Amino acid sequence: MSSAVTANGHDEAHHHGPPKGIGRWLFSTNHKDIGTMYLFFSLIMLLLGGAMAMLIRAELFMPGLQLLEPDLYNNLVTNHALIMVFGAVMPAGVGLANWMIPMMIGAPDMALPRLNNLSFWLLPMAAIMLVSSMIVPFFPFGGGAVNTGWTLYPPLSVQAGMGMDLVIFTVHILGISSILGSINIITTIVNMRAPDMTWFKLPIFVWAWLFTAFLLILILPVLAGGVTMLLFDRHFGTSFFDAAGGGDPVLFQHLFWFFGHPEVYVLLLPSIGVLGMIIPTFARKPLFGYKPLIFFMGFLAILGMVVWAHHQYTIGMSLNTTTYFMIGTILISIPVGLMLFNFMCTMWRGSMTFETPMLFAISIILMFSFAGVTGVMLAVVPADLQYHDTYFVVAHFHYALIPGSVLGLFAATFYWLPKWTGNMYDEKLGKIFFWWNVISFNITFFPQHFSGLAGMPRRIVDYSGQFVEFNVISSLGAFMFGVSHLLFAYIIIKTIRGGEKAPDKPWEGGQIGTPGLEWTVSSPPPFHTFETPPAVK
Amino acid sequence: MKADKGNSMQSCKKTLQKTAGIAGLLGAGSVHADLALNLPEPVSPLAIEIYDLHMLTAKMALYIMIVVTAIIIYSLVKFRKSEGYVADQKFHEGLFGRFGWILVPVIVLGIDATIAGPGMKTLNNVEDYSEPDMTVKVVGSQWKWTYEYLDDDLRIVSNLKKLDPSDELYLRDVDNPLVLPINKRVRFLHTATDVLHAWWVPEIVYKKDSIPGYINETWTIIEKEGTYRGQCAENCGTGHAYMPIVVKALSQEKYDVWLAGQKQASAAAAAEAASDKEWSKAELMTRGEELYNKNCAACHQANGAGIPGVFPGLVGSPIATGPVGGHLDIVVKGKAGSAMAAWGAQLNDLEIAAIVTFERNSWGNDTGDIVQPAAAKAAR
Repeated sequence: MSSAVTANGHDEAHHHGPPKGIGRWLFSTNHKDIGTMYLFFSLIMLLLGGAMAMLIRAELFMPGLQLLEPDLYNNLVTNHALIMVFGAVMPAGVGLANWMIPMMIGAPDMALPRLNNLSFWLLPMAAIMLVSSMIVPFFPFGGGAVNTGWTLYPPLSVQAGMGMDLVIFTVHILGISSILGSINIITTIVNMRAPDMTWFKLPIFVWAWLFTAFLLILILPVLAGGVTMLLFDRHFGTSFFDAAGGGDPVLFQHLFWFFGHPEVYVLLLPSIGVLGMIIPTFARKPLFGYKPLIFFMGFLAILGMVVWAHHQYTIGMSLNTTTYFMIGTILISIPVGLMLFNFMCTMWRGSMTFETPMLFAISIILMFSFAGVTGVMLAVVPADLQYHDTYFVVAHFHYALIPGSVLGLFAATFYWLPKWTGNMYDEKLGKIFFWWNVISFNITFFPQHFSGLAGMPRRIVDYSGQFVEFNVISSLGAFMFGVSHLLFAYIIIKTIRGGEKAPDKPWEGGQIGTPGLEWTVSSPPPFHTFETPPAVK
Repeated sequence: MKADKGNSMQSCKKTLQKTAGIAGLLGAGSVHADLALNLPEPVSPLAIEIYDLHMLTAKMALYIMIVVTAIIIYSLVKFRKSEGYVADQKFHEGLFGRFGWILVPVIVLGIDATIAGPGMKTLNNVEDYSEPDMTVKVVGSQWKWTYEYLDDDLRIVSNLKKLDPSDELYLRDVDNPLVLPINKRVRFLHTATDVLHAWWVPEIVYKKDSIPGYINETWTIIEKEGTYRGQCAENCGTGHAYMPIVVKALSQEKYDVWLAGQKQASAAAAAEAASDKEWSKAELMTRGEELYNKNCAACHQANGAGIPGVFPGLVGSPIATGPVGGHLDIVVKGKAGSAMAAWGAQLNDLEIAAIVTFERNSWGNDTGDIVQPAAAKAAR
């Protein structure tokens, strides 16, 4: 491990704070500024994707078509997912990594600062293309809407119009951005640690991101290859996915889910890392089972790469293949169970207080466990042949992805906002946001388990009277859930603009166990931190 | 597809009534009544087995959640700073701290094995392809189901029956249901002509995808007479919500009567189509309109206007008003790379002639052409 080298003497700006004007952001190579941009970008995308979800739930409020045509509806379903996954959750995770990893490990910046700038600025371009994919179908030249859902399964995706091409190129650009970001993160963690920051002193958040970054590098090229083949099928006369030309529509599903399932852990692991920081802090007790947690995160990442076809139990695989994927999938409960067990044992015999980040952490353990047990139900093939493509699945993955990643990101925001801004957030508003958010989340998604069991398929714009009750509850909950995020944005802006000054160590328990070095710098940290490598105790 | 204002008002009122009903239900703590909280009651041995498996896993899920919630609530009550509890800083260094994690794989593997055992057994039954008593090929197309009784040379095309949103069977009823005998082992062969679909009737049979170029297999033995409903489960585009499935299960006697009637009708239709009769324009127009609404209107719309940018309109279109040969050709052979199916395999000569005649003489299309079945035959 090399020591972190100071960037002395080649740029005067290093010693005079941030540059002024728009150039500060456009040309930034500072990990804190780029982290801030990532986080704001993802907040905007969260609100945009959320607004789409509101339209979807408004349409589903009652049977019959009230607001949306079927194609526009399914286009919203597609873009809601793509925006939330690629626009909101992944950039938020990278934003946290940018802000925290150098400060946690005692590095002056990310290892490849210019690359960092590029990986961020690709995102707004991709977002513009993604949104245009929804707009082009309104023009005569645009062709049909992208009504496939985010999985983009052919042959339906071959039928769609120009919007699909925009989605394909968006996926390419986002993939490049994520791969560059991952390379940067891995390089930083491997090369830029402070001299005494050994592997097993690393904060668990850094470990979580190390696994995430490796996953991203392994899976994104596969997705990029898959959608490129789709592009060729659409325009250049190939038939990779066209049975009539000797191709195979199911091949795309394998390529997609080879990316898509590990992607779940890409979304999840950073938040698991965040929980591993927050729970010891507020339980005032070191993380339970630090090393087993690291090994099992690695185990989860590897296992997650080889169970993709459980998303495709209904495609008619052979008995042996199906059995393999079923057993593999059920085994995922071991590493996930261990994570939750470790967090519960960290709380056990602790001395807990319940600030907003901790409230989120506890609710995540409960709700993510629930996603886990419905996940095991879905893993059992014959039962899945009933649940598959119903709202039961929709409910399951929203329980996995909202508590498992989005709420973890909220918790991280409240946990580190005092460090980032130098101001304490309004604890009372934070708690109101927590209860409002979590209660309305459950009102929205819990009933969907029942509408799914009753037989309501996914991605339908209209449904029969038998599903009315649960959809009404779900829609009302969704409107409350959606609005709660405006409060979240308000709290963040309010904290940035002022408030009670935050101490360098805002959390009493923040130094327990394997903390990061972020608490050794001031709040807010200076524009450049750790210009000389810090000592680690 | 748009419900008119009166209807949506009506369904809104109904919705509100139902909402009030739920509030009452939850208040009374009752989970029964007509609110479906679980998979529908299965009526075939395999569906029953899957139902039991579902109940087993759901119960395990419930037990795990109870234990996890109990531990967390206990911790929240007991180990709080406000109660003066001091954290045990050595907890993670003790015996439990060092080796406690081993409990997780042990306990979780135990739970997993409890679930995977019955899961494997049922899976083997799902994949059991013993000799069936009859076989139905289920073909999914945008947006209808075609059932081919392979042993009886009979074909049924099943389309959505258009109903008002306030109707109890809104989006759940079809014009021609699939009719099956009870207590017979039925094999379904699933495939599709255009995009992915999935045929699913939860009470009698689980789903497997209908994939162009693939044939997937499911099986069932229906044990109870009745009407069972489902709908397409795999997103198939614009009309995905409008592809219901209805299966009518009859006793063997009633089924035989039905089958004989169907065979007779289909033989009569075939004879009619093959006859040399010269059809009048009025006859063709009447039949054509009926067939158009059933087969073509889902995309091209009842008024022939299509959906701009998605499905081409037929009003004044170069094909519907151009040479008859080109028009017949696209109807019979379809258009590669688009949603336009090749209808030659699904419709007889008379039906194709009637549809083409109708399209060429409706909505202001004024060609005056009368297309005879012989022309359709020549176009094949």
